[in-house]
Amino acid sequence: MGQEYAIEMVNITKRFPGIIANDNITLQLRKSEIHALLGENGAGKSTLMSVLFGLYQAEEGVIKKDGKEVSINNPNDANDLGIGMVHQHFKLVQCFTVLEIIILGVETTSGGVLQMDEARAKVMALSEKYGLQVDPDAKIEDITVGMQQRTEILKMLYRDNEILIFDEPTAVLTPQEIDELMVIMKNLAAEGKSILFISHKLNEIMEVADRVSVLRRGKYIGTVEVKNTTKEELSRMMVGRDVQMVVEKEPSKPGDTILKVENMTVASKLHSNNAVKNVSFEVREGEIVCIAGIDGNGQTEMVYGLAGFEPLVEGKIILCGEDITKASIRHRSTHGMSHIPEDRHKHGLVLDYPLEYNMVLQRYFEPEFTAKSGFLKKKDIRGYSERLEAEHDVRSGQGPITIARSMSGGNQQKAIIAREVDREHKLLIAVQPTRGLDVGAIEGVHRHLIEERDNGRAVLLVSLELEEVMNVPDRILVMYEGELVGELDPKKTTVEELGLYMAGAKRNLSVDANTSEIEESEVVDNTREGKEEAK
Amino acid sequence: MLLLVQYTIIFASVLCLVALGGCFSEHSGVINLGLDGIMVMGALGGAVTMFLLPAEASGVVIVLATTFAAILVGVIYSCLLAVASINFKADQTLIGTAMNLLATAVATVFVRAMNTSLNPDNVSSSIQYIHEKKAFLKYVGKFEFNWFMLMAVVLLVLSYFILYKTKFGLRLQACGENPQAADSVGINVYAMRWAGVLISGFLGGLGGIVYITAGVSEWKFEMGVAGFGFLALAVMIFGQWRPTKIALAALLFGMFRALSNVYTGIGFLAALHMPSTVYNMLPYIISLIVLAFTSKNSRAPKAEGIPYDKGMR
Repeated sequence: MGQEYAIEMVNITKRFPGIIANDNITLQLRKSEIHALLGENGAGKSTLMSVLFGLYQAEEGVIKKDGKEVSINNPNDANDLGIGMVHQHFKLVQCFTVLEIIILGVETTSGGVLQMDEARAKVMALSEKYGLQVDPDAKIEDITVGMQQRTEILKMLYRDNEILIFDEPTAVLTPQEIDELMVIMKNLAAEGKSILFISHKLNEIMEVADRVSVLRRGKYIGTVEVKNTTKEELSRMMVGRDVQMVVEKEPSKPGDTILKVENMTVASKLHSNNAVKNVSFEVREGEIVCIAGIDGNGQTEMVYGLAGFEPLVEGKIILCGEDITKASIRHRSTHGMSHIPEDRHKHGLVLDYPLEYNMVLQRYFEPEFTAKSGFLKKKDIRGYSERLEAEHDVRSGQGPITIARSMSGGNQQKAIIAREVDREHKLLIAVQPTRGLDVGAIEGVHRHLIEERDNGRAVLLVSLELEEVMNVPDRILVMYEGELVGELDPKKTTVEELGLYMAGAKRNLSVDANTSEIEESEVVDNTREGKEEAK
Repeated sequence: MLLLVQYTIIFASVLCLVALGGCFSEHSGVINLGLDGIMVMGALGGAVTMFLLPAEASGVVIVLATTFAAILVGVIYSCLLAVASINFKADQTLIGTAMNLLATAVATVFVRAMNTSLNPDNVSSSIQYIHEKKAFLKYVGKFEFNWFMLMAVVLLVLSYFILYKTKFGLRLQACGENPQAADSVGINVYAMRWAGVLISGFLGGLGGIVYITAGVSEWKFEMGVAGFGFLALAVMIFGQWRPTKIALAALLFGMFRALSNVYTGIGFLAALHMPSTVYNMLPYIISLIVLAFTSKNSRAPKAEGIPYDKGMR
């Protein structure tokens, strides 16, 4: 019976101080199957994989390979057992070539000298066998994320690993690259590799996996055959209650223009090119406009420009008819701009301040919170904080005096949203507001954004999550390499079409177009992999 | 003119050796600001050895013993950086600075305690090695060939080979760029960083003895090595952490340093009647200017300066 499993983790329990990350979990991976591990953030997926990969040692339970008990104390042990992992954040060296990074650690040498030709032949053979196209001599920093991921997969294959762990592999890919990855994973399984696929995206699991094991809050919920289940059932297993999969909203009723951006150009901190190039758009009251795109295409810098973190190289920002291009951050925030920042630890909270001070970060100087004598009105601040916490269901250990650092990510985010929404504002900029939140919390954030819209605010949403992009906004603007390349109607477009825009293969906006006046026009679709072939 | 070439080559040898040392250390992920101190200690080791060797020792013995002593002391001294920054995860900049301060002080105290001067009442921090130094020199025509020049060239070629053609070099660079990645494929990051730092001690110590025997026959240890370790760091940065470019950068900076020794012999320079201090300052000023313009585009190893902690993944 045990023979049919490539790897088994039986009754694994792993405790951290104050929390049981894995509570008696059993995971059995059959030979040449794709087994998905599903769970929300903090459900214990990563901990379980770290135990399997030898990064942590479990307090209880055993790991069996081919029915025999094994002990895995470090990643080397895992490698020796043929277990390989594509980490969520790739373990690559930017200035190495693809070939160098693949052989690193298992180099073939002769008299201490690297034998690259042998390695190259083996890599090319593997690349052909599994359809993993890479350029062995390209530097990692020059290749696409998709190719970087293929390099990571080749790394495992080069080591003859039999058990392949994919940790949230699709988070960084375009829809087309995701499709390719799915094909690759199926090929690998067909060739006899056993695959563990960690994900919280139900669509992908339904498409590619044979079986799926679900974890919730550190507990093992169950394992089901994918062909016998539905997305709804899986999400119920994952969250523990019914979740609304579709965001419900009325059609938008856009009013006056609140935010007008003209020819905005922002410099990049990473390279000499500009990160945002000549971008123009408008956001009107009562609508949600979403800036979509793959991470690193200038969205961050664009928001920095809007919020005043970075000066513009060129262009103009007009908020409610007032030119705020050169205005200070405080001026922007007191004149109608609310901002839910991308990095809540860096720009959203002062982590070592109590929650109550964080709640008045942009307002402490107002008469409501500061007396004429210059002292803070502590009682009023506390009262205000308590009210926000109650209204927005922010949960914290000690209420207003909880140190922000000690709160969970979801509650930190709720606190920021509460603060930004409660302030007097006309425009809400929300940058990846659901990042790192679990499904239940995501639902709440989306509801908030739509409520804001219905209250006549202009909402600018920046998102990397396709599902969010398709469901929440009223208009989609796609950003690619610092330019707005497309304007799409979420009701009329498809994920596939959106993907083409995000990959730069398609565009319907010219460089200096004023977006709000351009009609959709089809531009000849060049190849699906236009960007990669250009390499 | 021959003299200019000769001094350029010997000073370039110093800079090249020490910069290569820094290059190894930084490729492994440890910033070695203590190169200046390592040079001082290497110089001390070499100078004391020359002083202690019996007068009748043969040339070969002098060369080998002095070189070996300089390298040994350099390597031992660099252990300080390795222990503190790799094992105890201390701030590498601070450790390097402390090493520089310590080295000059230790050398001065040590030499004064030895008191090598002829008059016992005149406590001096100098060591003389007029006779021993001759063992290093070989005249080719009028050109004063120094065995250290050969060593520098050999070590340069060897460094290039090790960094780019061997397993060790590939792994060393991975540790300086992304130690987590290196660790995930089973490379012992701590060991590689130790290796990088010890190699920098080796080359730094050697560079120290070459420097104090270049051009002079006596060294006053209060002066340390006149900031040559820092100049070597500038050479390393200007050379973009690559041995070939480091060699070229070393020649450039070496030439400016050589000018201060020989400018009186070059007609038009002597005719300018500029004070010698201007020429002495030249390499340092040039390094300031060059770095101000080039360091912005420099590609330092990504993970240098960050202590590696296995727990942080």
